[in-house]
Amino acid sequence: MEIYLPIAEMPIDMFLILGMGMTVGFISGMFGIGGGFLLTPLLIFVGIPAAVAVATQGPQIAASSVTGSIAYWRRKGIDFKLAFVLLAGGLVGTGLGVLFFNQMRKIGQLETVIAIAYVLLLGIVGLLVSLESVKALLASRKGGKGMRRQAGRHHWYEGLPWKMRFHRSGLYVSLIPLIVLSALIGFAGAVLGIGGGFILVPALIYIFRVPPQIVVGTSLFQILFTMIAATIFHAATNQSVDLFLALLLMVGGVFGAQFGARAGANLRGEYFRLLLGALILIVAARFAADLVTPPREMFSVTPTETVR
Amino acid sequence: MSAIRKAFLLAALLAPLEAAAQSLVTALSTDRVPILSNFTGERIAVFGVIQTDAGARPKDGWDVVVSVRGPRGAVTVRRKDNVGPMWLNLDARNYIAIPSFISILSNRPLELIAQAEVREDLRIGIDPLIPPQTAVRSAANDPQFRAGLQRLRSQQGLFFQSPDHVRFISPGVFQAQIDLPGIAPLGNYDVEVAVFSGGALVAKNQLGFTVIKTAAEQWVAEAAHKNSLLYGIATAMLAVLVGWLASLIFRRD
Repeated sequence: MEIYLPIAEMPIDMFLILGMGMTVGFISGMFGIGGGFLLTPLLIFVGIPAAVAVATQGPQIAASSVTGSIAYWRRKGIDFKLAFVLLAGGLVGTGLGVLFFNQMRKIGQLETVIAIAYVLLLGIVGLLVSLESVKALLASRKGGKGMRRQAGRHHWYEGLPWKMRFHRSGLYVSLIPLIVLSALIGFAGAVLGIGGGFILVPALIYIFRVPPQIVVGTSLFQILFTMIAATIFHAATNQSVDLFLALLLMVGGVFGAQFGARAGANLRGEYFRLLLGALILIVAARFAADLVTPPREMFSVTPTETVR
Repeated sequence: MSAIRKAFLLAALLAPLEAAAQSLVTALSTDRVPILSNFTGERIAVFGVIQTDAGARPKDGWDVVVSVRGPRGAVTVRRKDNVGPMWLNLDARNYIAIPSFISILSNRPLELIAQAEVREDLRIGIDPLIPPQTAVRSAANDPQFRAGLQRLRSQQGLFFQSPDHVRFISPGVFQAQIDLPGIAPLGNYDVEVAVFSGGALVAKNQLGFTVIKTAAEQWVAEAAHKNSLLYGIATAMLAVLVGWLASLIFRRD
């Protein structure tokens, strides 16, 4: 059944979008990630303009983060203080990201920027996650412990000023690396249409050693608010948020996520991360292939102004 | 079909009022194309009656060209070139007043209807309707960009030319079909009906229709553009609501 998208100004098969929302929702429920990095490319692939695809991720990711946040909140799995510090950085990053997005769109390089950024970001994160899980798998085969906390070893960023104590996470760290990290993720999120959970979660675990049971809830809670901000910034500055598209994705996504969460509960940690790493690498490879294969059509047309 | 019958009736009623040697009466099946949520395109019929003095009908008959032109706007055409292993948008040309939709319908190939200079003068055909590029950035005029623009728009079904979309029902009475694709841009469309005889223009009429969004689509699009901040806040709140509802529905305790 075709439905007309008022902002994208094109008809699209309703069930195709619902199905995509569900599939990505399933994967995101399984891995506890937003799934924006999968959904944005899929939307672009079926012909949604890149700007609309990215901007419409905001409400979709916000909706799925609400569901996740509520679940973790009930389990007391959110460090609100940490989340608000991350949010401060996230908002700055999102604002700058939307400005950058609008500028790139104006000079016609948005698609290229998205493609290159996806290759770099997903390539690096995918490799790190895969390597780490392979290492953990090999280690567990040998009978050793997977990840050992190295006591007494300090990193340079632990010596920075403006330290703050986060009781819930048992952290005592400088605000600077937290804010810089969340600003970078907010920036990437606004430009690429991703929540950034797949970067924030490993970063909090490996760099800041936030306990795993707190990480996902805190990250979801922070992403919820950055995505609300991204939706409003995108809507106010480039009018590319498509309400109908967002609704279809949200409905498909929340249903898919429920089943995904159940499927994910049965997966072993290392295999789980290896799968996630492989998935991220596949998307990166797809973008890389698009960048380097000679295009069949060299030309593209962008309307810049229409008199109605 | 009632719209079609009405158009015929209108044509028949108006016809005798025009007393010129060769006059043309035309009508469209509709002047308003609403985009509903299930819009996937629309077919619009053009009707025409060529009125002439008794016995003055040309022995070769008439030729009819229906030119449909959608709302015009500026476009940028970009070309990908390779930088090392990557293909990036590097070169670009700007065009202004490019019709977002062009449909040239006729009863036989345009080359057989009138000479190239005549068609160029009367702006009949896809090419004469596309103004040359604007002289910015001192970029050389490269015909490839213009050709690329035409090719892409044709692939999307936005530029269309057909020598068999005008049909004579009887001598002097003709009908044409305008096919609007689902991605037809919103706005005012001009329809020009030109009648040729022996390679020369003998009559011309202007018609028009409007493609508009209706109800929900219009409301959403207008809100997004006019109250964009409020629209953003409302969309975000809706997302929170959907997420919250989902957690109520799927709560497992």
